[in-house]
Amino acid sequence: MRYAMAIDTKKCVGCSDCVVACQIENNVPVGYCRDWVTETVHGSYPNLELELRSERCNHCDNAPCVRCCPTGASYIAEGGIVLVEGDKCIGCGACIESCPYDARFSHPEGYVDKCTFCIHRVRKGQEPACVSACPTHCMYFGDLDDPASDISRVLKNRKYKVLAPEAGTKPQVYYLV
Amino acid sequence: MASRRDFIKISALGIGGMALGAGALKLLAEDSTFDPFSPITQFSRIPTYCEVCFWKCAGWTYTDDKGKIVKVIGNDEDPHCNGRLCPRGTGGIGMYYDEDRLLTPLVRVSENGKQTFRQASWEEALGIVAENLKKIADKYGPESLALFKHGSSGHYFEQLVKAYGSGNIVSPSYAQCRGPREVGWKATFGTTVGSPEPTDIRDTRCLVLIGSHIGENMHNGQVQEMSEAIDRGADIITVDPRYSTAASKSRHWLPIKPATDLALLLAWIHVIINEELYDKGYVEQYTFGFDRLKQHVRRMTPEWAYGITGIQPKAIRETARLMGSAAPSVIVHPGRHVTWYGDDTQRSRAIAILNALLGSWGRRGGFYFDESVRLPEFPIPEFPEPKWDWRATLDGRFPLAATGISNAMIEASIPKEGKDSRIKGWFVSGTNLPLTIPNRPQLEEAIQALDFMVVVDTMPMEVTGYADVVLPECTYFERYDELRTSPHREPYLALRMPAAAPKGDSKPAWWIAKQIAEKLGLGSYFPYEDFKEVLDWQLKQVGSSLEEMQKAGVKQFERRSPLYLKENEPFTFRTSTGKIELYSKEFEQYGFAPLPNYTPHPEPPDNYYRLNYGRAPMHTFSRTSNNPNLTDLMDENDLWVNPKVARIWGMKNGQEVWLRNQDGVISSFPIKVRITERIRWDSVYMVHGFGHNNKKLSRAFGKGASDSELITNPVPDPIMGGTGMRGTFVTFLLEEPIKAVES
Repeated sequence: MRYAMAIDTKKCVGCSDCVVACQIENNVPVGYCRDWVTETVHGSYPNLELELRSERCNHCDNAPCVRCCPTGASYIAEGGIVLVEGDKCIGCGACIESCPYDARFSHPEGYVDKCTFCIHRVRKGQEPACVSACPTHCMYFGDLDDPASDISRVLKNRKYKVLAPEAGTKPQVYYLV
Repeated sequence: MASRRDFIKISALGIGGMALGAGALKLLAEDSTFDPFSPITQFSRIPTYCEVCFWKCAGWTYTDDKGKIVKVIGNDEDPHCNGRLCPRGTGGIGMYYDEDRLLTPLVRVSENGKQTFRQASWEEALGIVAENLKKIADKYGPESLALFKHGSSGHYFEQLVKAYGSGNIVSPSYAQCRGPREVGWKATFGTTVGSPEPTDIRDTRCLVLIGSHIGENMHNGQVQEMSEAIDRGADIITVDPRYSTAASKSRHWLPIKPATDLALLLAWIHVIINEELYDKGYVEQYTFGFDRLKQHVRRMTPEWAYGITGIQPKAIRETARLMGSAAPSVIVHPGRHVTWYGDDTQRSRAIAILNALLGSWGRRGGFYFDESVRLPEFPIPEFPEPKWDWRATLDGRFPLAATGISNAMIEASIPKEGKDSRIKGWFVSGTNLPLTIPNRPQLEEAIQALDFMVVVDTMPMEVTGYADVVLPECTYFERYDELRTSPHREPYLALRMPAAAPKGDSKPAWWIAKQIAEKLGLGSYFPYEDFKEVLDWQLKQVGSSLEEMQKAGVKQFERRSPLYLKENEPFTFRTSTGKIELYSKEFEQYGFAPLPNYTPHPEPPDNYYRLNYGRAPMHTFSRTSNNPNLTDLMDENDLWVNPKVARIWGMKNGQEVWLRNQDGVISSFPIKVRITERIRWDSVYMVHGFGHNNKKLSRAFGKGASDSELITNPVPDPIMGGTGMRGTFVTFLLEEPIKAVES
């Protein structure tokens, strides 16, 4: 089993429903977020291109945050989901520094927090909150080891990219382009 | 007189009532011990429909085992949202938790020569309202009371005001938003567009957006269907001077010069007629005035339009051909906020005509015939006949206005040339007039001249600061409301019911209206103890019940007639000719151009830029700009400036500037510059709804600039009274301007 996410940049309108849905679902304190939206503009008026992208932890196969964690608080759970065990975390911030995606933050309660792919929902057979809220249906979540899953199909049929491939982290959030 | 109604910043009071809500955010924070690995499982879900915007998506409010509201998600059965709310809907719970909410009635008092608000009991506050309404009725007649309304609550106050004897009811959503489109559509097709727009985007082959920003406006169902259209590879053509989100999703973006859209529309009509791309059978069977239209546009070539719009003739032809080849599965979207330049009804007519030529009205992939549930009205006595109503405030102007015009109602509240004003009292529900209505000085002059003003709101919006009495309404999470009957492909009903008791001393609007009515001896118009009785009675008339709806939230009903026109089906349109009027007999009769013409609009002088404004997906006008969840996504607006312009002015990204308009009005607050290629060099852009000046809105106060404040020269649409608001020109002040000290 290998959980992954694919996000269709052709459909995303950057509305940030994924952000607020995550904050509410996971009780992320106001002022912090586990996912966010970026806007990239290329070209000059009127020859322009715009990419809107919902970003979060990439749940990397080769996760530097897990490797550098001195206490073992950062670990890899089922399906490759990268998690932080709050009680073990001493808040040293090494993982925050090591992440090329800036996906982790210090929770005001003293531990490091990040996207969990909503593992508590996934275990119940639900989709992550961001995926289930997205009004444009631009996000796909599922098991890459299952060739019949939506995510396997969409990655088979569409061109995609990952963020910062040069970091060698083998990220598991794919962007359809 | 001028000091009679000082603007009271509710914050200045330091009254205890405000502390009531202060625990809300802390409550959320306290719960941050919440463990995602063993989440609460004891959820209850309660049906609602969203009140953050007019789309009114049906959803479920979830409460935890302690009865605390934890989230709201879409109802899968609802065609408005298909189980998915937009960010504003998801973040709607912030409206409930906002610690700045109004939680107690407030009455204006004078203390040591300074006006302030004092907390009052409902009994006292309602008594003051009733007493003043009685005075107005006795002294001037009940017609001298005007109601300004928006949203679900407006209904109850409309009933109250009608029972009281006034027909002076206005919704800014007409003259400040979609009125011109409704009039243009009615003149052409005999029916208005309505809301939600019956655009069959799901099945379209070609979607044309001209002044519509789907994706930045989160009109949920349309955003979802546009996404489906992108998946299916439908052609999207976007006309916009700004590289909008929709433009970036389009196969063709036509970066038009602002204020010239009508020239492009006429050129498209020219190409579609001259290249015979129109739906010949449809045009012959259903339309009136084709030959006159053909004659009218004969010289309106793409080359002619190029000189006006800056759009290459080749692009105009190509896009017209795309529409023609997709017809009738094509939508030239009517837009929504269409009050731009004062000739907006005519521009909407041109869009309607284009759709008629393409045969898209009543066709699959074009516009479907929407239907809603015909819900019987709860029996109440007949309303008294007012001696005069909003029509009298128009003074012979705007003959095709279908409802009250806000600015005309405001004018009618100002005494002129020794003549007393006709309107003496205002009832305001759910509309923050200072951040909605153009020409704020006129608005303030009118408010100063009023005998009495009462405002009902959930939040200490700017408009509350002008009121004599402020009545705190509870949010949509805490009340029953009318059933949602808005039309769709299938008729649906949706129920809103409370998921929590009203916070503090806030009350539902139906209760407030009923209490006032009873004090005025009009209790017979509200013949129920609890609004639930009305809902159950209405539901039983259509074969359902409150009990059923409390479980399901939404219910689908059978259509009464087909969704689309059948091939060659005889059909009578509700126009004077019974046909789709390409040539408008109605406009001709009233002395307006029966066929639309392009007229040039003023251009910005040197060093000035046209102020365009629009929407952000996470906000609804000024209503959400203090919502804790939504301000977390976007807490201020910024000013889009083209890099060339920024270079001339030496402006840096993120730098704060003040804006001054052509009339010398300076923005109250600075706005941060966002240098972007997405905007032309002749205009600037900001999201509407920011720049709040009431300190009690603790998150929104002073954040960003208000476009409304800068719009001081609205151009009236002579046909229906819409206020054209895109003719504002602004220049930059790089240093903080010296202003008079506020008292």
